[in-house]
Amino acid sequence: MIKVILITGRSLDQGISKELGKFSKEYMEKVAICELDPEDLKTLGVSPGQNVKVKTKYGEVIIKAIESTQAPHKGIAFIPYGPWASILMPPATESTGMPSLKGVEATIEPATDEEILDPKKLIKMIVGREP
Amino acid sequence: MRTISNVVCPFCGSLCDDIEVDVEDNRIVKVRRGCAISVTKFTKYNEERIYKPRINGKEVSLEEAIDEAVKILANAKYPALYGWSSTSTEAINIGVEIAELIGGVMDNTASVCHGPTIIGEQDAGISTCTLGQVKNRADLIIYWGCNPVHAHPRHMARYSAASKGRFIKGRKERKVIVVDVRKTHTAKTADIFIQVKPNSDYELLTALRWAVKNGELEQEEISGIPAEKIEELADMLISCRFGALFFGLGLTMSAGKARNIEAAVALVRELNNYTKFVMMPMRGHFNVTGANEVMAWATGFPFAVDFSRGYPFYNPGDTTFVDVLTRGDCDAALIVASDPVSGFPAEAIRNLAKIPVITLDHHETLTTTISKVVIPTTVVGIETEGSAYRMDAVPLRLKKLVEPPPGIPSDEEVLKMILKKLKERVK
Repeated sequence: MIKVILITGRSLDQGISKELGKFSKEYMEKVAICELDPEDLKTLGVSPGQNVKVKTKYGEVIIKAIESTQAPHKGIAFIPYGPWASILMPPATESTGMPSLKGVEATIEPATDEEILDPKKLIKMIVGREP
Repeated sequence: MRTISNVVCPFCGSLCDDIEVDVEDNRIVKVRRGCAISVTKFTKYNEERIYKPRINGKEVSLEEAIDEAVKILANAKYPALYGWSSTSTEAINIGVEIAELIGGVMDNTASVCHGPTIIGEQDAGISTCTLGQVKNRADLIIYWGCNPVHAHPRHMARYSAASKGRFIKGRKERKVIVVDVRKTHTAKTADIFIQVKPNSDYELLTALRWAVKNGELEQEEISGIPAEKIEELADMLISCRFGALFFGLGLTMSAGKARNIEAAVALVRELNNYTKFVMMPMRGHFNVTGANEVMAWATGFPFAVDFSRGYPFYNPGDTTFVDVLTRGDCDAALIVASDPVSGFPAEAIRNLAKIPVITLDHHETLTTTISKVVIPTTVVGIETEGSAYRMDAVPLRLKKLVEPPPGIPSDEEVLKMILKKLKERVK
């Protein structure tokens, strides 16, 4: 397990794949991911493409670890905007309306045998009923 | 086949207006000059398309869907109207009228993107300009907490770092500085990269302002950056002839939020004692600036406007949609051209799923799956014309390129139908 600071953001692939549809294979492939610094991947003992569990005080999610092409950023994990990132984020907005979608403390651990939930399963997990 | 020129791209706040498309048999078959996202949007907008209105997942006529939407909104005590950044200015205007009529709270997606920027600007003012001025005159560009290579792919070539202006001819005549927590693809194109520690932009902005004003810093290191480097940076900023600070959600979403923007405003204000310096937020959705503009002219406030008192009331952190939802205050929601279920914290989504939601969109989203009423609409800038505001608040006219599927109205038309019926009920 490693401790990281989590940031979410736009990626080119996220922008393209959301236009292909939120339920498309491409969207899940490009958005249900966590970009990690190569050194952090090594510390975790995870190969790019294997699943990890990302946990914050507010939630946890299984996504695919990939090696960042925007390194170095040791200790920082990047997840593109989308439902997998959002459920990890605090709802408090500190009188601005904006939840803290960047700079949140998180832990990451290998979860090679666990399944990445598709958007419909994620919604079911959050709201407790079939969408 | 016909070719349409000077098409405005309805994706990001750059609103590139030089796109050329070929249309054959009512289909866009070729897109020239668009970025990868733009080409995908123009050619794949029919993916996961909604063709029929629905109530509780069952297909209904447009009239039945409108009647149900009107019933929900008229019966709600505190309805919320949210989204608006990916539709036309004309549609947003009708939205404001509906919100006022039913005493609802109207918010746009700025509240989860550059809302803190607006709050910071309202507190401290802003020195800004149009993108044309940056292109023609800026010899120094800073990208702070933004990654245009990914989020605004043609911004650097058309308006900023590499644009060919009248007085500044191109990239070689500009200094480019990137401040970010990662060495982003934008950072890799910069002359100077400053890797700030997460959640410490406020300190760095303040230290930089001190260095601009007073020269030397007392500390050895601030926000992970050696003092000498900050002092060098300050000298560089003072020495430019026209500097432009573009900033993104790296400032608005991390610790400090609106206070980070105030620190950036203060830095830019200080720099104007020595040279010309401007700043501009990198706005995301193509008409999020328009949503702020329309709501500001119509109500006096650019987002998070609550009409429940009978007059417009604005209090971010209270009347913003995430907060309204997290508290479980609203009892109905109208979502236009937006997908809050994809981007909101879990607690807010749970509460949204408990209330009747009406969603207007052209394609399926996570939000349509939890909506009671779904009304399909046209794609603005592809199937419907309308106006939108670029990130520098310059309005541009979006074109109609192809016919929409039969029987599908625009957001503006649906909202007008809802407004008309609501007015009849209120009488």
